Amino acid sequence: MAKATKTKRASVTVRGPHKMPVHLFVNRQDYELHVEPRRTLLDALRKDLGLTGAKKVCDEGTCGACTVIVDGKPVYSCLTLAIECEEKSIETIEALAQDGKLHALQQAFIEEDAYQCGFCTPGQIMSLKALLDENPNPTLDDVKRAVSGNLCRCGAYPKIFRAGLRAAEILRSKKGA
Amino acid sequence: MARVVKTKTEFEGNFFEQYIVIEGDELTPWAADEKLEKVGKCTPRVDGSERVTGDAKYTYDIQLAGMLYGRILRSPYPHARIKSLDTRAAEKLHGVRAVLTHKNIPQIPLRMGQHFLLEPTLRYAGDEVAFIVADDEEIAEDALELIEVDYQELPFVIDPEEASQPSSPQIHLNGNVLNGKPEEYERGDAEKALREADVTIEARFTTQVALHNSLETHGSVCAWEGDSLTVWDSTQHIYGVRAGVAQALGLPLNKVRVIKKYMGGGFGSKNGAGKYTLLAALAAKKVGRPVHMMLTRKEENLAAGNRNNTIQYLRLGAKRDGTLTAIYLRSYAGLGAYSLWGTSPGGPARQLYACPNVKTIQYSVFTNTGPMAAFRAPGYVEGTFSFEQAIDMLAQKLHMDPLELRLKNYIDTNPMSGMPYSTKGLREAYERGAKLIGWRERKSKKITQGTQRRGFGMASQIWGGSGGPPAYALCKLNNDGSATIITGTQDIGTGTKTVLAQIAAEELGFPIERVSVELGDTQDGVYSPLSAGSMTLPSVGPAVRVAAHDAKEQLLSIAAQVLEKPKDQIKLKDGLLHVQGLEKPVELKEVLAMKLQNFMIIGKGARGPNPEKYSVNTFGAQFADVTVDTETGEVLINKIVAVHESGRVINPLTIGSQIEGGVIQGLGFALTEERVLDRHTGLVLNPNLEEYKVPTALDVPEIEHEMIDRADPYANNLGAKGVGEPPIIPTAAAIANAISDAIGVHVTDGPITPDKILKALNKTQIGGNHA
Ligand code: FES
Ligand code: FES
Repeated sequence: MAKATKTKRASVTVRGPHKMPVHLFVNRQDYELHVEPRRTLLDALRKDLGLTGAKKVCDEGTCGACTVIVDGKPVYSCLTLAIECEEKSIETIEALAQDGKLHALQQAFIEEDAYQCGFCTPGQIMSLKALLDENPNPTLDDVKRAVSGNLCRCGAYPKIFRAGLRAAEILRSKKGA
Repeated sequence: MARVVKTKTEFEGNFFEQYIVIEGDELTPWAADEKLEKVGKCTPRVDGSERVTGDAKYTYDIQLAGMLYGRILRSPYPHARIKSLDTRAAEKLHGVRAVLTHKNIPQIPLRMGQHFLLEPTLRYAGDEVAFIVADDEEIAEDALELIEVDYQELPFVIDPEEASQPSSPQIHLNGNVLNGKPEEYERGDAEKALREADVTIEARFTTQVALHNSLETHGSVCAWEGDSLTVWDSTQHIYGVRAGVAQALGLPLNKVRVIKKYMGGGFGSKNGAGKYTLLAALAAKKVGRPVHMMLTRKEENLAAGNRNNTIQYLRLGAKRDGTLTAIYLRSYAGLGAYSLWGTSPGGPARQLYACPNVKTIQYSVFTNTGPMAAFRAPGYVEGTFSFEQAIDMLAQKLHMDPLELRLKNYIDTNPMSGMPYSTKGLREAYERGAKLIGWRERKSKKITQGTQRRGFGMASQIWGGSGGPPAYALCKLNNDGSATIITGTQDIGTGTKTVLAQIAAEELGFPIERVSVELGDTQDGVYSPLSAGSMTLPSVGPAVRVAAHDAKEQLLSIAAQVLEKPKDQIKLKDGLLHVQGLEKPVELKEVLAMKLQNFMIIGKGARGPNPEKYSVNTFGAQFADVTVDTETGEVLINKIVAVHESGRVINPLTIGSQIEGGVIQGLGFALTEERVLDRHTGLVLNPNLEEYKVPTALDVPEIEHEMIDRADPYANNLGAKGVGEPPIIPTAAAIANAISDAIGVHVTDGPITPDKILKALNKTQIGGNHA
C-alpha cells in the first residue's frame, strides 16, 4: 500500500558550538589551530594541516586507514577529536622518512610489494611502526595482531606480514651494525 | 598511416566485434625463449616511494583553494515519489552555498534515458534526492537534515526471481526483465541429452550480494576554468568519465579533462562518471568554486555498485564413464534499480568443459535495490560457485575423483566458437596445484571422525583477459637520454605503471630508472581503454612496446647520421649506443644533447587487432584444504593453492600480489561477505565495514601460488594476457567443494556461514549425532 511520509526538522542557521583553539605537536612541529569541537584529529590533519597521508575510509573506527601514532600508541584518528590532543605528540606517515631516507618499514613495503592500491598503506605502516618501536623482535603473530585492525581490501596481507618481519630485521641489523 | 581494422574483443564475459583504428606496424611477438632482461623479472613498483610516504595524492586528497564540499541526500525508501520538497531551511544554514534538486537543475538523462540525474521517482533506498555544497562537510551534513521532503511510498520488490513476474511492482516502464526477455544460449539439445543421460544431478544455488568496499570511496573533485572543466576522479576509466561528463553536460570532449593519478581500489565499480561527478560539476559551475564530492562509506555501500545476487537452477547429465553430455542452467540476477547490462553466470557452464549439449537461460532483473556494477569477474565468480560445485556433485554420483572428471572433459578448443585456444595451461595448472596441495594423498589426511572434519576441494577457472584495441601510447625521448611513456590508461593498484616501464625499458634497451611512465590524464595522454576486464596490460602493454620501438628506430637513425655509421651497426643496450668498430659505447647525451641541442623524439604505438583464428582466454585451478567444526559450523581454511595461466609473466612480484589479493577476496565471498537487506523495509542493514565482513589480517590462510608462465604466441606482441580477475573466480567454489568433502553435504547458498553449515549438517548423520 502506498502511504505518505513527511520528514520535518526545526529551522536553524548555525549548529553546534563555535571553533576553539588547540595546540597540536605534529611530526616534531608545533601548530595552533582553531577547530570546531567536533573536528576529528583525522580531519584536522588532513584539512587543517594538509597532511593527507592518513586516509578517511569509514570515519567510524572500523578500518584503520586513519591510523596515526599519538604519544607512542597507534590510534584511529577518525575516532579521536582534535581538541583531545592538546599537548600530545602526534606522528604521521609523512614524518617517517628522514633526511630523504625511507624508514625500514617503507623500504620493506616496497621490496615485498606489500600493497596494491596503497590506500591502506599509511595506516598499515603506522600500526607496524608502533609495534616495532615497542617490540624490536616481533613474531609473525605479533605482526598479524598489530595490523588486525587495518583492513586491506586489495588483500595484500601476506606481503604486509612479510614486510613487517623484514623491517624488524633491517632495524635490528642497523642497530647491531 | 592510420588503418581501420576489424577486431574481436571480449569484455566481462561478453563478446564484441568492432572496427578500430590502428597505426604503425605490428611487431613480432617476443619468442617464448627470447632473452629478456627486464620483462619477467621481479620489479618493485616504480611509484613505491610515493605509496609508502603518503605523498601519493588520491582523488580524496585533492584540496584546491576555495574548495567546497558536497553531500547527497538519499531516499530512505526503496521505492517512492517525491511529492514535495522544501530546501529553504537548508539554504539558510550558514556556510551552505548551493542546494540542487530536480527542480533547479536540467533534466539530464542517464543510461540512455533509463533514469535522470535527479528526478522525483526514487527506485531504491539510497537513490539521489538532492545535493548540497557547503564550506565544509560537517555543514553540508547538517544541512541535509534541514531539507524537508514529502515522500509517497510505493510498493517495492527486492527478490530477482519474484521481480521477473509481471505481477510484481514495475520499476521501469518496459518491465523488470532487462531487454524484456532472458539472454539464451544453446548448442546441441540439452533437454534431450538430459533425458538420455546415464546419470544426472540437479541443484539450486544462490549467491549473495557482495559489496566492493574499495577503501577509497567513489567520488570526484570538479573545478572550472572558464568553460573548461577539470575532474579528478577515483576511476578505472578516465576516458569513460570524460565521455560521460561531456555528454551529460553538453561539452566538447576537449573541454573536459579527467585526472586520476592514484586510486584506492575499484574492482570494477569505477568504470564511468557517477551522479556525484555530474552534481559536483554542476554545483561548481553554479557557485564558481571547486567542489569535492567523495561518498561516505555508507553511501558507497548503498549506491556505488555491488556484485549482484543470483539464483541458479542447474542440471547436468553424463555418461557412466564421466563424459558430460548435458548442461542446463536457468539463472536470475538482480540488477538493482539501474543497469544497461547483465552479467553471465552461465559463462563457466558454457565454456569450461567439452559438452555438446548446453543451454543457458539468464534473466537479468531490475529490483528496488542499489544498482549492480561489475565486480572482479562479474558473473563468473557466481557461475563458478554453482557450476563447479555441480561438477563435484556429479563426480560423487559417478564415484569418480573430481579432478579425473574434469580431466575427462578437458577441451583444447573453445566449445562456443570451435576455435582453438591460443594457449591453455589448465592441464598443467591442475597438475601443479594437485601436487602442491597433496591432492592424490588427501585421503590419508582427511578427517572423517569427531567434530573437526577436514576436507579438500578444487575448482577451475576460465575467463577472457585478451584485452584488445584501441589502445595507444607515446614514447618521448628527451635529449638527456631519459624516456617518458605517455598513455591514457590508469594504474588502479595492479602495478600497471611498473610493467609498462619494464616493457618500454626492454624494448628501448634502457635501464628502467631512465624510463618514467605518465598515466591517468585525458589531456596529456592518448586513448587507452578502461582498466577492467583484465585488459590493461594486454591492451596497453603492446602499444607501449610499439611506441618504444618506434622511438628506438628514430633514435638509431639519428645516431647513424650523427656518428656517420650505418644504422644496422648500432645497438642500444643499458641506455648506451654500442657501435660496431668503436671500443667504447657512446652515451646518448653525446649524440642527442651535445650534437643536436634541443629536440625530442616522439615514438607512437597502437595495439594491433586480436587474432582471428584463436580464442584468447586465461585459465587456472585452485585447491582448498579446510577444517570444519561440526559443533559450531565454523570453517578454518588450512591452505589455498592457486595456479594460473595468463600467458607470459611480465612481473612475478606484482602478479603474485594480484593472485593473493584475488584469493583473499574470493574467500571473503565464500565465507563472510554479504550485504544484508531487510525484506520488509527494503533497507540495507550493514552498509558499513563493521558488519559487512571483509577479510582481515587474521582471516588469511596460507596461500601458495604459481603461474604457468608461457608466452602466448598469438595473443599480442608481448605474449601476455590479463590476470586481474582470474584469481578470484574459482576460490569460493574450491572452498565450497572442500567443505562438502569435509562434511559430506554441499552447501549451495553463499556465503557459507556457520548457520548454513549447521543447517546442512542437520540433514546428515554427522549433524544428527549432535542434534
Ligand atoms: S577511517 Fe578511521 S578507522 Fe576507518
Ligand atoms: S593496498 Fe589497497 S586496500 Fe590495501
